[in-house]
Amino acid sequence: MTWSISVDTTTCLGSGICAGSRPDIFQFHGSYAEPITDHLEPDEDVLDLADTCPAAAILIRDESGAELAPRP
Amino acid sequence: MTAADERVQDYPFNRPEGLDLAPAYGAARTGPGMIRVQLPFGEPAWLATRYEDARFVLGDRRFSRALAAERDEPRVQFHRGSGGILAMDPPDHTRLRVLVASAFTVRRVERLRPRVREIADGLVADMYASGSPADLVEAFALPLPVQVICELLGVPAADRHLFREWSDGLLSTAALTAEEFTRNDQELSAYMAGLVAQRREAPADDLMSALIAARADDVERLTEQELVELCVGVLVAGHETTATQIPNFVHVLLTRPDRLAELQADPDLIPAAVEELMRFVPLGATSAFARYATEDVQVGSVLVRAGEPVLAAIGSANHDETRFPDAEEVRFDRETTAHLGFGHGAHHCLGAALARVELQEAIRALLTLSNLAEAGDPVWKTQMLVRGPRTLPIAWEA
Ligand code: HEM
Ligand code: HEM
Ligand code: SF4
Repeated sequence: MTWSISVDTTTCLGSGICAGSRPDIFQFHGSYAEPITDHLEPDEDVLDLADTCPAAAILIRDESGAELAPRP
Repeated sequence: MTAADERVQDYPFNRPEGLDLAPAYGAARTGPGMIRVQLPFGEPAWLATRYEDARFVLGDRRFSRALAAERDEPRVQFHRGSGGILAMDPPDHTRLRVLVASAFTVRRVERLRPRVREIADGLVADMYASGSPADLVEAFALPLPVQVICELLGVPAADRHLFREWSDGLLSTAALTAEEFTRNDQELSAYMAGLVAQRREAPADDLMSALIAARADDVERLTEQELVELCVGVLVAGHETTATQIPNFVHVLLTRPDRLAELQADPDLIPAAVEELMRFVPLGATSAFARYATEDVQVGSVLVRAGEPVLAAIGSANHDETRFPDAEEVRFDRETTAHLGFGHGAHHCLGAALARVELQEAIRALLTLSNLAEAGDPVWKTQMLVRGPRTLPIAWEA
């Protein structure tokens, strides 16, 4: 099973926290970040990063399309 | 270019009084970008003065904060911090950070906004009642963040004066001897440890309880010492910075009547104004928290060698014309944001959302005073940490 990941580049504040913590998953482009691939293996730490993104811009879904993070 | 053939300049460049950026920064930015500097204590370092380079160094994982503990870290004072979150690297840092950050998410912090607004309005009402003029620092800028942080941490109102003494002690380079500094640090930590113990017994609706409960379902809970260090860290990192930016922002606005009028006419501009002022005001008198290269890394025109420290000059980066056209102007309609006022990368300010709420609500509350003006010159702090007025006399019309 894999998850899908995306960053809403219009709300991303460009804090760089995600890419600074997990450069294997996120890439920083000047003023916003993007995931390096659309899919990833389940990884709790990435859910945590999505929860704590200051813009709530990182969206993670499971295979069925259900939202896993950010959690409220 | 290598470290060996570069002239080493004495640092910090900025005068502690006022908010001007020293001309040496501009010269460095349009010159080599990366220069060699010597702080009062510690080894020489590279200083990244351009936006691109400063952001790169803060954001790239080949630069380590943890290595600083093994080295003679460049710094402005003799004693060194004990560590904490700002002294860690991923993945240890990530683990701690996500635990704490869950208590500081934008959503959680927005829920605090009404209370922050109430505190700010209450302080303005008290000031109004005592009559014009008043010292903005004493009457408003200092009490606001102390009260917010004490409520966040669940510090009883009766103990707040202790808090202010301790946190002043931690940040003042001037007054304390090394022994006094250590004692001060120990007293504060002991007090925090007591609070943590109380909250474990009887959880309340505050940040400390949320921290204690963080991942309660998990083995990776915060250790007692991590909790105490974090609470001390939140106090030191969140109190003086916010308390200093409030009068800095007010000073910038009151000396630019056009900008003040713009905000008074359209208070919806306040969030944009806070971002622009975060960019514009070079808060730090110095750059701190050097990053150590873990391998050879090219930064701009310079190959930084493994083991060399680099400081990011945030104030200089925020005035880089190539990133912010007309950087010396205060404008609330900039397209380019992404200033480095809260840092960048893994250590990007944990309290940024809270600081924004406090700064926005502070400006909003103060704008309710009519014909606000400076009633005299600010007296500036003189220590080499954060820059800002020690007193800022303001007047208004009743
Ligand atoms: C905007 C600027 C600053 C920020 C964001 C900041 C942030 C922090 C943070 C997060 C901590 C707690 C974590 C730790 O213990 O490492 C801390 C502690 C401390 N900082 Fe700062 N700081 C700033 C400026 C400075 C400067 C310029 C100095 C002095 C050179 C300084 C001196 C200290 C000291 C003495 C402690 C207490 C360390 C301890 O006893 O554990 N801070 N700061
Ligand atoms: C206007 C007010 C503030 C400014 C200008 C500011 C600035 C900064 C900067 C520049 C950094 C990055 C330091 C570096 O990477 O070298 C930082 C980190 C930090 N700030 Fe703030 N800060 C402010 C308010 C706050 C508040 C209110 C809190 C807490 C409630 C806070 C807590 C922290 C912590 C814990 C870190 C370290 C984060 C980490 O290492 O992951 N700050 N801040
Ligand atoms: S953590 Fe969030 S705001 Fe920061 S760069 Fe990543 S996506 Fe953007």
